Amino acid sequence: MSGLFDRRLLFVTGKGGVGKTTVAAALGLLASEQGKRTLVCEVEPKGDLSVAYECGPTPFRGRAVTERLTAMSMDTEASLREYLRLIARVPVVGRIGPVASAFDFVATAAPGIREILTVGKLCYEVRERHYDLVVVDASATGQVIGQLAAPIGINELVRVGIVRNQTSWMLEILRDPAVTGAVIATTPEEMPVTEAVDLAGRLSAETPVNLACVVANRVLPELFGNREEQVFEALLEPAVMKEVAAELRLDEAALGAVLQAARLAVTIRRDGAAHLERLREGIGEQVPLLYVPYLFGRAHGMRAIRQVARLLGEEL
Amino acid sequence: MTGRQSELEQLVAAKEVIVACGPGGVGKTTTAAAIAAGVAAHLGGKVLVITVDPARRLADALGIGGLGNRATRVPDEAFLAAGVRPKGELHAAMLDMSESWDALVRRHAPDEPTAGQILSNPLYQNISRRFSQGHDYIAMERLFELHEEGEYDLLVVDTPPSRNALDLLDAPARMQEFFSSRLLRWVTVPYRSRLVNMASRPFYQVADRVLGSQLLQDLADFFILLQTMRDGFVARAAAVDRLLRDARTTFLLVTTLEAVPGREAAEMKAALAERRLHLGLLVCNKVLPESLTDPGAARAADRLAEASAELGPGLAARLASGGDEVAADVVSRVVDEVAHSFANFRLVANREAELLRELSAAHDVTVTIPYQPGHVTDLASLLAMGARVFGDEAEEHVAARVSGSRRAGGRSGGRPRRAGAP
Repeated sequence: MSGLFDRRLLFVTGKGGVGKTTVAAALGLLASEQGKRTLVCEVEPKGDLSVAYECGPTPFRGRAVTERLTAMSMDTEASLREYLRLIARVPVVGRIGPVASAFDFVATAAPGIREILTVGKLCYEVRERHYDLVVVDASATGQVIGQLAAPIGINELVRVGIVRNQTSWMLEILRDPAVTGAVIATTPEEMPVTEAVDLAGRLSAETPVNLACVVANRVLPELFGNREEQVFEALLEPAVMKEVAAELRLDEAALGAVLQAARLAVTIRRDGAAHLERLREGIGEQVPLLYVPYLFGRAHGMRAIRQVARLLGEEL
Repeated sequence: MTGRQSELEQLVAAKEVIVACGPGGVGKTTTAAAIAAGVAAHLGGKVLVITVDPARRLADALGIGGLGNRATRVPDEAFLAAGVRPKGELHAAMLDMSESWDALVRRHAPDEPTAGQILSNPLYQNISRRFSQGHDYIAMERLFELHEEGEYDLLVVDTPPSRNALDLLDAPARMQEFFSSRLLRWVTVPYRSRLVNMASRPFYQVADRVLGSQLLQDLADFFILLQTMRDGFVARAAAVDRLLRDARTTFLLVTTLEAVPGREAAEMKAALAERRLHLGLLVCNKVLPESLTDPGAARAADRLAEASAELGPGLAARLASGGDEVAADVVSRVVDEVAHSFANFRLVANREAELLRELSAAHDVTVTIPYQPGHVTDLASLLAMGARVFGDEAEEHVAARVSGSRRAGGRSGGRPRRAGAP
């Protein structure tokens, strides 16, 4: 797995709520700590990346988080302006203002326009080598296929024009497994795993992008080994619990609550393990599966991102 | 009857539409279905739950796999098998996006050939299948249609996962905006007059170059077709918007008490208030048991951690019954682990409690549903979850009959709680 950061472009996706932004932010931080000039881009500009890095707003033009780490949010309108200025060399950029909102509507209606402006900007950063690695906090399962497939689909609808001419170099970047990879984030729960397995299949069937790895986030630690679990079960017996409470001069109910909490932890963990097994089966043996343990401490902000980055670093 | 049960009964009695909203991955669909099942079972009436993209097991539990938009009744036998004699009827339907769009076009197109032209247009196909804001609109539109038909006493609608929770609320307004937008006029004017109009000229210069005139022409053709449906669409979207604001409609906000979904839920709540939409119920899902935040339990955990070494030998002897040796250090390790695990989960539970306080204002009806291992696999588990929303009594009633239902630690019932109450 040491090759993950040898790629130039990583799309982190998965079901909403599994910690996509955390995984993307942590991968970006880790890569930058390993010496890569890294750009992390949030495709849905909801501000999650700014919260993760605690760095203030992350505009389209980028914000330096550390010396080698830059964060930005996608803005298809800004992407269009940049594109017109740098590539299409359209002279009317100054006057595009009132047109931009109108264009926004065309982009909404015309298939793939918004998507191509998103993917195009990311591929552009890769091609221009402004960064060694671009990590994308991509859209959730529902939309990411459309985004990644846009350069293929656009050829069917846009028969001429500059947009179409641009798709071939983008596809070259997206298709090369040594350059571009998708990272599916999931948690050991029913729907996230189901969607992750489904997404893995659709990525290869419908998009040019190859699956690089799957990250299982918020995996609970195993509390007990086999022998220990037997002892634990014995502790739960009322007579035993009573004796322990008496010996330590504890309230029985309070001790019961502590033991029940451990039992809940064991149950959640066991439940998750079954889903992880299903995940492993679903994505196949050849796809690397990385585990990020559940963080009991602070669950957000730079401290959490640093922790996840360290844990991912151990897995890689 | 618990306090919350009567509050919920009053809410359901006064409302005809419940719109479930909230961040992704928090169990929104399941909660919507559980509430509908709970109302049908315990309060009565003809209840329809409309789900978007349910997990297969939930769809199976409701018996709606592969039915498209068609509503189907969950048979009384299914309730009886789950140990409940339903007072009302539970119906369920899935929301099939493209089927709903097609129905909308057929309704508003001036004639059959125009409808056919629109339906076969590739741009239409893109919008109806991939345009996520369109999905938001369709969910609301379908709700309106069902409400207008008046066949059900209560509609509970799940909403599609959106990029932004607010999209849902603004979807009808956006639809109206779309049809009155300047762009639509620009694109649909005859080619020759395009370059004459000073306002639209730069748009065409750019668009021609970037997209090519062919796509522009396709767009123009499509928009001209769309224009034929304009009046119907705009009037309809306005009516849908009115229904969302109607006194008979209430919103159900579902979230977990994790940091990110919690923040999104808070934003959603503010957005509802800003738009003067009625928040009837806040459901916090997968909440850790209250006993984790109990100071007495925390003291017990600390004491266990201190005493784990000394407890080892004695407990080992006690547990080594029937000639089966138990090593003292294994026992000590287990006791240690139990104490450590409690401390970990206590931290999370305290964080959840704090977030709950921040999220629920004094007048909100707030329900917490404890973390349940396992999933909704049948109507019985759905009813058990619904009972947790409605209060403890009903739950005992159901839970007693759910074979093999596992209880999480601590109190198993959701707690009726008005925020601010101790």
